[in-house]
Amino acid sequence: MKLNGAQVVIESLKKENVDVVFGYPGGVILPLYDEMYKAEYPRHILPGHEQGAVHAADGYARATGRPGVCFATSGPGVCNMVTGIATAYMDSIPLVVFSAQVSTKAIGRDSFQEADITGITTPITKHNYLVKKIQDLPRVIKEAFLIATTGRPGPVLVDIATDVFRAEIDFAYPEEVHLRGYKADFTGDESAVDRAVAAFKEAKKPVLMTGGGIISSNTAEFVRKIVEATGVPVVTTLMGKGAVSDFYDAHLGMVGMHGSYTSNMSITQCDLILAIGARFSDRVTGDVAKFAKYATVIQFEVDNVEIDKIIHADIPVTGDLRWSMPLFADKVLESAAELKKNFAPWREELLKVKAKHPFVSRKLKGKITPERLYKTILKHADKDAIVVTDVGQHQMWTAQFYDVDLPRHFLSSGGLGTMGFGLPGAMGAKVGCPDKQVILFTGDGSIMMCCQEFATLHRYGIPVKVFLLHNNVLGMVNQWQRLFFGGRESQSIVKDLVDFPAMVKAMGLEGVKVTDPKKLNSVVKAALKSKNSVLIDVAIPNDENVFPMVPGGKHLDQMILQDTLD
Amino acid sequence: MMKQHLAILCDNKPGVLTHVAGLISRRAINIEYINAGYTEEPDVTRINIVVSVEDQRALNQAILQLARLIDVIKVVNLDEAPFISSELAMIKVKVGSTQELSDIANLADLFHAKIVDVNPGAVVMRVTGREDHIEALLQMLKDYEIIEMARTGQISLSRGSNAVKKM
Repeated sequence: MKLNGAQVVIESLKKENVDVVFGYPGGVILPLYDEMYKAEYPRHILPGHEQGAVHAADGYARATGRPGVCFATSGPGVCNMVTGIATAYMDSIPLVVFSAQVSTKAIGRDSFQEADITGITTPITKHNYLVKKIQDLPRVIKEAFLIATTGRPGPVLVDIATDVFRAEIDFAYPEEVHLRGYKADFTGDESAVDRAVAAFKEAKKPVLMTGGGIISSNTAEFVRKIVEATGVPVVTTLMGKGAVSDFYDAHLGMVGMHGSYTSNMSITQCDLILAIGARFSDRVTGDVAKFAKYATVIQFEVDNVEIDKIIHADIPVTGDLRWSMPLFADKVLESAAELKKNFAPWREELLKVKAKHPFVSRKLKGKITPERLYKTILKHADKDAIVVTDVGQHQMWTAQFYDVDLPRHFLSSGGLGTMGFGLPGAMGAKVGCPDKQVILFTGDGSIMMCCQEFATLHRYGIPVKVFLLHNNVLGMVNQWQRLFFGGRESQSIVKDLVDFPAMVKAMGLEGVKVTDPKKLNSVVKAALKSKNSVLIDVAIPNDENVFPMVPGGKHLDQMILQDTLD
Repeated sequence: MMKQHLAILCDNKPGVLTHVAGLISRRAINIEYINAGYTEEPDVTRINIVVSVEDQRALNQAILQLARLIDVIKVVNLDEAPFISSELAMIKVKVGSTQELSDIANLADLFHAKIVDVNPGAVVMRVTGREDHIEALLQMLKDYEIIEMARTGQISLSRGSNAVKKM
């Protein structure tokens, strides 16, 4: 079959079962958009900004587990995706980004809309390609999807010189590709699993730490089996939220800078950490030297670079969790009763601490506190709603207060912490999971960074519930300034910025404001019942802090707590 | 700080050097030397680098990070077994008199360096050897004026019949 390069891209996407592309047309990518028009495939979402496209593809990938696919034109088009690619890279999200490049002859001559995007994205992609020959195109696309989705997932960028779209080839999509420097098989050494089992059996005070790897590898069921059978206490990283249900009684909550009192104390006191698919980010560890001083560290990890990068792993189990978790679960379940007995005193101790130290907001009369807001929403939201956040105080409050039951139901930019991820991320999640309720939590700072996508929600009839925690400050910045910068609120007050309900109304959506706690329940109920996108602009106190907080460089048991200030 | 000689086998494809150099910069790996060239296999490039690292853990991280690049086939630390290492340098030295010329020629001879260009004002000598051999020659040339110099950096091979690709 003779195809041109643009048709090759379209046909390859069919082979990869891509059902939707998030993209934005422009100069040199026009041949591809033309073939897409003729083929009436794939479904295409046109956002207001390329950043919206890449975050949407990312949200789609996080919610569905399938790779997100983007199109962008050269230069400014794909440069606008850089933040989104970095966001996906830091959280190991599979993306395949197709960008068009100026023609082969024009490369390197500062041509119109030329940017060296493979050079620019080298540090923020798992791999990237510049395709200058049509003969390479089918193989490169096959490799791109393989690399993006296997092992530790990540974004792959395929930059295609525009003349390649017009060149022709006898098309055959390769059945398999052979990469000398990359094997997609990530099985490991079974004796390492045995060592982990033995250490787990020895433990009296273990903590299981769930990381994003459990979610990206779809292995939550095995982890849950271990948890249910042994009763081991669980803490989670931000990225691991949902791997084990937040409703599990010995789930102690998030660990780290804004982790729960019980989680942080449990890490400090435990004799064993069973870290699964977690990379010990600085937001989790606090002061590395004092992190889990008494613990043997078992680390299940697909990427051997993560072993000993931050924390020394006494027992590393390197390999895909899809290989190691079923094995480990089987071996652990053999002696589950014994383990349950071993762990029981420690578990009881932690449950008591947990009951004494829940996440709380200050009690303020006549104000809607974050705690109250989340409790109200949890009453009315679907139990299996997908919760998406932007970045800042509201992100931490969502992680603290909003209990999710399932993996891929809490989506947040963890590693890069990208303000602006939320709205397009939620849009992508809804495109991927149209039957699920999608709820976005955002702030008056974050929402302004990608608010053009309200128009996209309207254009495609994609319903997302948007709770805007409106405090007239860039909350997390302001909190740091009040705590660590002598109260000098430099550039963090954003008073009376925008009438947000009016803004979304101008883009065709419904918006409502709520300031009175007495009206909160009815407003939330109505908004969540509606079939449409609704923005709920919620006035919250402007000086509420996210607590507990482990200040940078301190160790996990040196927390500032809510009630120590009031 | 310890210096270690790494051999990186990678695909001979466009973009590979960007990926390797980009990683070295992103992960803040200190390198003393880097050079690259063809190998016995046409589709494989060998990059030789000498890294300067704090400790064994930093070295392991550097090796694992490099090995993780998709177009890197293999990374081997040659310091783990006997190996030989060599560098080529070309040194242009100012010559003021016939006496100086003969002194420099003698010096070159002592270091098994070859004079490869002679001009009324200068000579170019070519020397190969271990880093300390070249440093020793440069030490002896301190009394003269070095006009310019180009060095390749170390290239290294393990001793014996084994090859990096099989390690």
